[in-house]
Amino acid sequence: MHLILFVVFAGLCLAGAINLLLQSHPINSALSLIVVMTSLAVLYLLLGAEFLAAAQVIVYAGAIMVLFIFVVMLLNAGREERTLGSRTARSVGFPAVVAILAVIATVILKAHGLGVATLGEGLTNAQDNTNIEEVSRVLFRELLLPFEVTSVLILIAILGAVALASHSDGPQGNGERTGGE
Amino acid sequence: MSSLLTQEVPISWYLLLSAVLFSLGVAGFLIKRNLITVFMSIELMLNAVNLSFVTFAHQWHAVKGQIFVFFVMVVAAAEAAVGLAIIIAVFRARATLAVDRIDLMKL
Repeated sequence: MHLILFVVFAGLCLAGAINLLLQSHPINSALSLIVVMTSLAVLYLLLGAEFLAAAQVIVYAGAIMVLFIFVVMLLNAGREERTLGSRTARSVGFPAVVAILAVIATVILKAHGLGVATLGEGLTNAQDNTNIEEVSRVLFRELLLPFEVTSVLILIAILGAVALASHSDGPQGNGERTGGE
Repeated sequence: MSSLLTQEVPISWYLLLSAVLFSLGVAGFLIKRNLITVFMSIELMLNAVNLSFVTFAHQWHAVKGQIFVFFVMVVAAAEAAVGLAIIIAVFRARATLAVDRIDLMKL
């Protein structure tokens, strides 16, 4: 069961990622990225991370991708054109990427004692605790300060997004109002 | 068929999937000529690293691996908001999304 689910959703994941590269229109790339993120949520479930699977769907496939698609439609982004720069990037980039992948894959395949992933195995040996209980216990006790600091980070991000996207005294502030992020 | 149903998946397969996704993200970052798609490739790389974190958290029964993924998600959300606002500002100033034409800081 685990193997079948892994193969199906890993394949979906890879297909979505490759499709992201092949599509020339940004909206198609965004939709394939949603496929990748949703398949990753299923893989998180297989690895026993229920909370992260839910957060992946809500935050990534929901919020972040809606933001992306919103910007694609707002800016009316068309299909990209192939230029001299893209041909250079292709001829230099592909060998470099393959080299990086080869190094990482060698390290992973040479590592001993990685073991197998067991379906339904919890984080700790106490089986009566759910994943969310485990995560929240550590998050709100040991890591409370970093958790609170992230709220400041979000606040700064909101302020920055509004400040950057707002039509203030730019050089050409005569267009129609397009709103914040 | 029953052996297929009870078959376990090696940890290294998850890590290899993560590595391949990361490499595809790097390739997209280098190849794509649209600013928004380049940004999507960065999100793909973040997701690939998250999969590694969750895999190692599963292997070592460590809760903090999953919490780190949670923080990465928070930072990715903040980064997406600010980055897309920057993209809107760039588009407003230069009326293009092609990375080749956004070369004001190029020497």
